[in-house]
Amino acid sequence: MLDIGTLHYVLVSAALFLIGMLGVVIRRNVVIIFMSIELMLSAVNLNLLAFSRLYGLHGQVFALFIAADAAAEAAVGLGILIAFFRNRTTVNMDEVDLLKW
Amino acid sequence: MTPVATPFFFYLLSGIAIISAIVMVTKINPVHSALALIVTLLASAGLYMMLYAPFMAGVQIVLYAGGILVMFLFVMMLVNIEQLYLEKMLNRQWMIGLAATTVLALLMMGALVHGAKNLPQHIVNHPEQSNVQEVGMLLYGRETGYYMFPFEIASILLLVAVVGAVVMAKRRV
Repeated sequence: MLDIGTLHYVLVSAALFLIGMLGVVIRRNVVIIFMSIELMLSAVNLNLLAFSRLYGLHGQVFALFIAADAAAEAAVGLGILIAFFRNRTTVNMDEVDLLKW
Repeated sequence: MTPVATPFFFYLLSGIAIISAIVMVTKINPVHSALALIVTLLASAGLYMMLYAPFMAGVQIVLYAGGILVMFLFVMMLVNIEQLYLEKMLNRQWMIGLAATTVLALLMMGALVHGAKNLPQHIVNHPEQSNVQEVGMLLYGRETGYYMFPFEIASILLLVAVVGAVVMAKRRV
């Protein structure tokens, strides 16, 4: 059977990242866009851990920082979403045009 | 020397992760998307476990699947789910987005095809029993704590995020 190397993990990570990017660019619902961003960050973590198996533990520490960033981003993003919903009563991304001239 | 079951579990976990990620992007109901995202994150926690990173696997389960997804499910109360089935799911630029994603996919495939032979073949076998200790020594150790200052910056970032979330979600500042 084929041996599982770093390339396999990198391919899975790239696939998850691309699916997350697709969710960000084509969906209208802001909640699903946030979830897709979390998926992209998690795919980056998988990539870092795959290379950390080759080069030592520094990648795992960096993945920990990315997890902390994901938590901070989700908290602030959902706060912005609540504030926006209070003003416009919508969660669709293409109706966010307050700054559009 | 890899265990015999490693390819089976790799294909199983990555298949679960990718299929439920596709389900997450294509569902109309955000609650279904959140549940599919939980499945994806748990499967990638299993992949982390196979990459000799048990600490990051635990962090993934506790922080992503336990913390962030609960926060998403709280925000679901804003969404009027019956109305979502009536209106359009995709925005107007979805074809451009699909084209851009395809271009990025081709770029990544090209980079992987050209760069795969440069990957190191040997694998450093980290001892799994002392994984948490070694990550902790990199974060806080007296001689080996290379990441102490970035850790402090991350704590300040989390503090700013907490304050920002409260200010944004408060009714009147």
